[in-house]
Amino acid sequence: MAEPAMKQSDETGEIFDKGIDKGLARLTPEKIEQVINKVLSAETGARLKTYVNTCVHCGLCSEACHYYLSHDNDPKFSPAGKVKQTIWEILKKKGKVDHKFLKKAAEIAYTECNLCRRCAMYCPFGIDIAYLISIVRRICHMLGVTPLYIQDTAHSHSATLNQMWVKEDEWVDSLFWQEEEAQDEIPSLRIPVEKEGAEIFYSVIAPEPKFRAQLIYQAAVIMNVAGVDFTMPATPGWDNSDQCMFTGDYEIMGRLKKAHFETAMRLKVKRIVMGECGHAFRSVYDVGNRWLAWKMPPIPVTHAVEFYYELLKQGKIKITKKYDKPVTLQDPCNISRGRGLHEKARYVVNALCEEFIDMQPNREHNYCCCAGGGVINTGPPYKMKRIDGNRVKAEQLFAAKARGAKVVIAPCHNCHGGIEDINHHYGLDMELHFLGDIIYKIMEKPV
Amino acid sequence: MHDVYNFVSGPLVWVSFIIFFGGCLYRLISMAVLAKKKDVFVYEYMSFKYGLRSIFHWIIPFGTVKWRKNPILTIVTFTFHICLILVPIFLCAHVILWKESWDIGWWYFSDTTADILTGIVIACCVFFLIRRIVLPEVKYLTSVSDYVILAMVAAPFITGFWTYHQWPGCKIIGIVHIVAGEIMLVAIPFTRLIHMVYFPFTRGYIGSEFGAVRNAKDW
Repeated sequence: MAEPAMKQSDETGEIFDKGIDKGLARLTPEKIEQVINKVLSAETGARLKTYVNTCVHCGLCSEACHYYLSHDNDPKFSPAGKVKQTIWEILKKKGKVDHKFLKKAAEIAYTECNLCRRCAMYCPFGIDIAYLISIVRRICHMLGVTPLYIQDTAHSHSATLNQMWVKEDEWVDSLFWQEEEAQDEIPSLRIPVEKEGAEIFYSVIAPEPKFRAQLIYQAAVIMNVAGVDFTMPATPGWDNSDQCMFTGDYEIMGRLKKAHFETAMRLKVKRIVMGECGHAFRSVYDVGNRWLAWKMPPIPVTHAVEFYYELLKQGKIKITKKYDKPVTLQDPCNISRGRGLHEKARYVVNALCEEFIDMQPNREHNYCCCAGGGVINTGPPYKMKRIDGNRVKAEQLFAAKARGAKVVIAPCHNCHGGIEDINHHYGLDMELHFLGDIIYKIMEKPV
Repeated sequence: MHDVYNFVSGPLVWVSFIIFFGGCLYRLISMAVLAKKKDVFVYEYMSFKYGLRSIFHWIIPFGTVKWRKNPILTIVTFTFHICLILVPIFLCAHVILWKESWDIGWWYFSDTTADILTGIVIACCVFFLIRRIVLPEVKYLTSVSDYVILAMVAAPFITGFWTYHQWPGCKIIGIVHIVAGEIMLVAIPFTRLIHMVYFPFTRGYIGSEFGAVRNAKDW
């Protein structure tokens, strides 16, 4: 049953978002002030204070931001500009801010910053602006002023421990279904569910069983051909994704990561290998573990890019014929700036493809896809904002295309979503693939 | 006039140096204590090796992508900061004051060199002022305090230049020069000029996060 089309914005461009608007309607000025000051006093300290005191308002962070560049250098979209419109004002007014301000602050924090951390590499002081914006998100979460669509995923996380309302039986069923499908191709193939003592727990994000089940199929083929001893759990905890990290709901984030790590412990695996997702890696490797007081994850975590690198390097998968279309590579923020996997990604791409054409800028300096940081999850009301906010990505891809690239490889789900929209909107007409798609296509398989 | 001179060049110097060093120390210690209390993980992630690696890249002109992308700003910024620190320390007249008061002395610039370097600092301040007024992304972030801070930094150099050249009113301007220098020193711990003290820590921390945790460069 189709829902009636909802008006998403008015003629002034103001976006209606039930999550934000209804949340705001419930708030009194006293409540706003009280909640903000509670967050500031209980959860912030030396970092916030030092960052605010150190920033000399020089504007050097501006050109780091794809929103700023895509909006013809509009200072409102510069990293420090966004901090000025949010946290500076909150501090200056000691939490006495009104509804209008909060609506704007929520929009900025959730839909005009991907927390990509590129600006930390352009600020001479290394001020972590993503952290400052996260504080704004945390405040919005505590106030109950979060965009509807991403809040829905947070609710799903809370109720089901996965992002997409996938029920337990549906999950297991999806695995069996993909196993059966893949057995048509490789009869001996298995997706070992609940195999205690396996070497690897292969974890995915919930959109895989929900929308992109073929990725589970492909991963199963790669694992089986490479002879990897892996398992996937039948219980909640299988999903590594985490939108709560982005809404500011750190309590649920902690529950999610705890369930994930405990599932790995229960299965007695040696490590977690994750599918091609960036934000989930950030959550498992860098953010969620900290909430649980683990300096580093309690169990080794390997991103798919690094895993493919190992498989290729060790000769566990062999290539029949290199992929012949010229490719370019999107370096996902959370595994390049977040893990330094860009060189390994290049090794993999070069091992698989005949011709690799690098984007400019690249590696740690690559532009964000503008979908990450939960921005794509804020849904249709902000879709055009996201696409307009990353014109530079289109330009960057056009430049790669002009040099011959026909295919974009994006080893991250968010990057995929973001680039797909950019591809259509700007008429790039490039193919978009995961590394797994290409490996699956060209690898040697038992006949 | 002599009384005023004696006061600003005597007790006020003491006061300003005490406030400067005491204030910086206070800000550092209070930051460390607050971090221990509220952001304790900062201590866990702070890495000597990666922190220094990041700081090193950022204090080298053109050592980072950012510095390379903005060559004029890079040259101005480095020249400004270097001169800002060196001129007051190695100015002949200042060295003489140290010699007279404490009987200690060190190498100093020739008057001409010092004069040129002072001019450079003033020119850099003008550059920063124009940048603040003209560039939209800087103007947007600018508040009155930014102009005040810039004026506080420029004042000792402008008045020093004036006094050295013995332009009209140089005796009064000389006193203003001393006071301006003292104001700047006192302001460092209590304004955004504290970035001088905090830089190694903010840069070092993000460098540690990028280097030790994320295996990535931050420059």
